[in-house]
Amino acid sequence: MKRDILDRLLAAKAAATPAALVTDLNSGLQTLVFEDAVHGGFGLDPDLLDEVRRRIRQDRSGLLVDPQDEDGFRLFVHVHNPAMRLLIVGAVHIAQALAPVAALTGYDVTVIDPRGAFATEARFPGVKLNHLWPDEALAELKPDVRTAVVTLTHDPKLDDPALIAALRSPAFYVGALGSKRTHALRLDRLRDEGLSEAEVKRIRGPVGLSIGAVTPAEIAIAIMGQITCVRRGENHPC
Amino acid sequence: MNDTLMADNIVEQAAAWRAAGRRVALATVVATWGSSPRPVGSQMAVDDRGSMAGSVSGGCIEGAVAHEAAKTMEDGEPRVLSFGITNEMAWEVGLACGGQVQVYVEAME
Repeated sequence: MKRDILDRLLAAKAAATPAALVTDLNSGLQTLVFEDAVHGGFGLDPDLLDEVRRRIRQDRSGLLVDPQDEDGFRLFVHVHNPAMRLLIVGAVHIAQALAPVAALTGYDVTVIDPRGAFATEARFPGVKLNHLWPDEALAELKPDVRTAVVTLTHDPKLDDPALIAALRSPAFYVGALGSKRTHALRLDRLRDEGLSEAEVKRIRGPVGLSIGAVTPAEIAIAIMGQITCVRRGENHPC
Repeated sequence: MNDTLMADNIVEQAAAWRAAGRRVALATVVATWGSSPRPVGSQMAVDDRGSMAGSVSGGCIEGAVAHEAAKTMEDGEPRVLSFGITNEMAWEVGLACGGQVQVYVEAME
């Protein structure tokens, strides 16, 4: 890998800018493709460039083979997208376990809680903390298709605004801590707020895979397992 | 906690080794068939002291890839490696998993 390509790739990753490194496996030449720019060793015709950018959006690395070319022209597209994100609402005990489990899984974690006594650096060393009210925090953080949102406060004043914002976003996972009874009451409140049946059905509640989890760490694993299942487990029940 | 577990940051590791003056090769899974344990895009960095970060299989072919990576560090030439093996044969050649995998090995300039 040429120095120039490496430096640009590292800069893109550090800035959380989606990019694809395209390698000609026959020559070893490489070109770096962004949504709005191209740098590198060889040119790509507009059709191929469109395909590479489609791969970035689909987060799908793999070979690009030109069916017209019988000489085995082969390009490898390596998509480098920013980390998946997890937004945890409620800087509670379970969040203290969930934040490191999610980080280990590769997620960029933010813990949201306006209550200063909960969201402290001492309780969440090295974790991004956001002290806005959850609906304001989500308006700022803009959950996208690579974002999961989990509410853990048990307090409708905090959880409900977060859930409403999350359900109106393209977040791929929305989970809410609480018993079946708590969850049923929650759904009633959200319907009263004008959310549709399809919207409220998106909430995973009671949150997490059903593995009999009891301790905060076990519940964190159940939640991370469910997020993983929704992301990866095409035909698995989650 | 091992940073290379947490995200796809093998390129960063390779760059850090390179910046420290070591020779470095980067191996990337470019295609898989069957029950390959690591997906396309998985990476492993190797340096000239034998350090390894990341993986391109479940531990089945890392040794062989590191061996080829040493050649790439030496001559600067990229290599495409193919590993295809049936489960029945796997033990005999010291590869503990089935499936097929193609790995691209390149030197870091």
